[in-house]
Amino acid sequence: MPAPDLVANVVVSGILTGLVYGLMALGLSVIFGVVRVVNFAHGEMMVIAMYAATVLFAALKLDPFLAMVPVAAAFFIFGYALQTALINPFITRPEHSQFMLLVAVAIILVNAMLMIFGPDARSVQVDYQLDSYQLGPILVDKARLLAAIAAVVAAAALFAFFRFTLTGKAIRACADNHLGARVVGLNVKHLYALTFGLGAACVAIAGCAMVLLVDVTPPLGPAYTLLAFVIVIVGGLGSMGGALLGGVLIGVSEALAGLFIAPSAKSMFSFGLLILVLLLRPQGLLGRRA
Amino acid sequence: MSRSSVALAVLAMVLALFPFFAGNYALSVATLILYFAYTGQAWNVMMGFAGQLSLGHALYVGVGAYAAGALFFYYGIGPWAGLWLAMALCVAFGLVIGFLAFRFGISGVYFALLTIAFAEFTRIGFDHLAFTGGPGGMFLRVAQRDTWDLANFRGPPLMYYYAMLALTAAAFAFCTWLLRSKAGYYWQAIREDEEAARALGINAFRWKLLAVAISAAMTAISGVFFAFYYNNLFPEQIFNISRSIEIILGPVIGGVGTLFGPVLGAAVLTLLSDGITEALAAFGLDIPGIKQVFYGVVLLGVVMFLPNGIWPAIARRLRL
Repeated sequence: MPAPDLVANVVVSGILTGLVYGLMALGLSVIFGVVRVVNFAHGEMMVIAMYAATVLFAALKLDPFLAMVPVAAAFFIFGYALQTALINPFITRPEHSQFMLLVAVAIILVNAMLMIFGPDARSVQVDYQLDSYQLGPILVDKARLLAAIAAVVAAAALFAFFRFTLTGKAIRACADNHLGARVVGLNVKHLYALTFGLGAACVAIAGCAMVLLVDVTPPLGPAYTLLAFVIVIVGGLGSMGGALLGGVLIGVSEALAGLFIAPSAKSMFSFGLLILVLLLRPQGLLGRRA
Repeated sequence: MSRSSVALAVLAMVLALFPFFAGNYALSVATLILYFAYTGQAWNVMMGFAGQLSLGHALYVGVGAYAAGALFFYYGIGPWAGLWLAMALCVAFGLVIGFLAFRFGISGVYFALLTIAFAEFTRIGFDHLAFTGGPGGMFLRVAQRDTWDLANFRGPPLMYYYAMLALTAAAFAFCTWLLRSKAGYYWQAIREDEEAARALGINAFRWKLLAVAISAAMTAISGVFFAFYYNNLFPEQIFNISRSIEIILGPVIGGVGTLFGPVLGAAVLTLLSDGITEALAAFGLDIPGIKQVFYGVVLLGVVMFLPNGIWPAIARRLRL
């Protein structure tokens, strides 16, 4: 039995990592909630953001927290273009057809990363990476704490956008009633593209934060796609708060499974949780019943 | 005879005589095509006929392979007996997943994600199962490969080719019959509109479970073949989600719900993948990942411009 101090430390670090996971999953959830398409290339996009942060750091010594701005802007444009060019024509097609489209996109993205960066792991070395704060018996990594704060700030900004701006309200109207939104004259395709762009920007910020916590390799892409699925289903597909809650739950359960069972079994725990939630509460913890 | 049965007879003849003209390499590619054609056909029963999207069929391949493989590895029991254990286990897995999903009203995207979750769960489970070798894998004895040992399914590549050809042909015939049976019509009704089907008195729950069971049993045989053809089994490889996607690609590219789609799709994709490898080698472009990028681009093109798959477009052209 590990000491209580150790368990507390692991839980805190799981919560912080989980918040970054949550922001990544938030992107997926927002896209599904509005466009009703499951982004099977989500983890691959996350990995691209991570590589972008390493490149900006290597070339310009740009801190990953500053790199969030240009990377998020680029991802917003990429997401907007992807939705306009590829996904909008697929909105009315059957699910397996949409799935295939995004799988093809995912295959292209992850292997393009492999071509450009090779199979070796890359990372960012900033001078505050080894710093930590002490709170009683708990040691908090500075980089992890900052990454979690960035994730929470980005999520809060997105919440505010959907809650208070006119465009945000229009997007929610599209999600609630596609036909109604068109009847009142909303440009649904443009709003869908905006949503995908915003979802992509979430992934960009999450990726820049994540690069401080783990080394990046191309195979992380499919793994993060699965992780994002698990989180949004547990939290509630389409629910924004649910994505963050799911992220924290999965972050903590991964961390605890790593401590108590075996690090390699940690995702088995997550998938087990996913199966339970799907069966007992298919709409997710914070999701609304369809 | 109708045009399509003539075409089918010609195709069967060509495939039966193929080994007499082909070298070892071509034979192994053809075996792979037939493997994907057969497995795609099995997946198609669930998705194409009954409309239940499974993204976790690697689960059944893996469980089937490990069941028959372990029997052979530990007790020397050949695949003809192992086959039944493999099918029974896969049907049990399928029924549990289907029962839970359909009982709790899970469908569409959620069902697809549930099948992924079960496959991944099992993958990691096998990683920690010492009995089957864990992540280090399980290796079947490779016997000498010159003589046909049908009892233990050991022999030259030719034997595997004909075994796969027989399986694919049997699956084709079976699916043709299924689609015209009572179950086939019920499935199609459920696929098109489950509410309406239930209103007509069809017990959707039971018929969907039947589709899952048949699909799982057929896929189990793929697993047994896999085990005895490749002789080494690793959870990371066999249960990986990319294996599940590979299984689906053929029927989706060929035409979901059609009988010939999975066969055509498997041929197109396998030849495409091999063709790209050869072409890139010829141009001296040997960068890791470049092959898959080309593959992904072609896939994207087919999905975008042939939404119903290649086969319906060809069938119209040939008036089959």
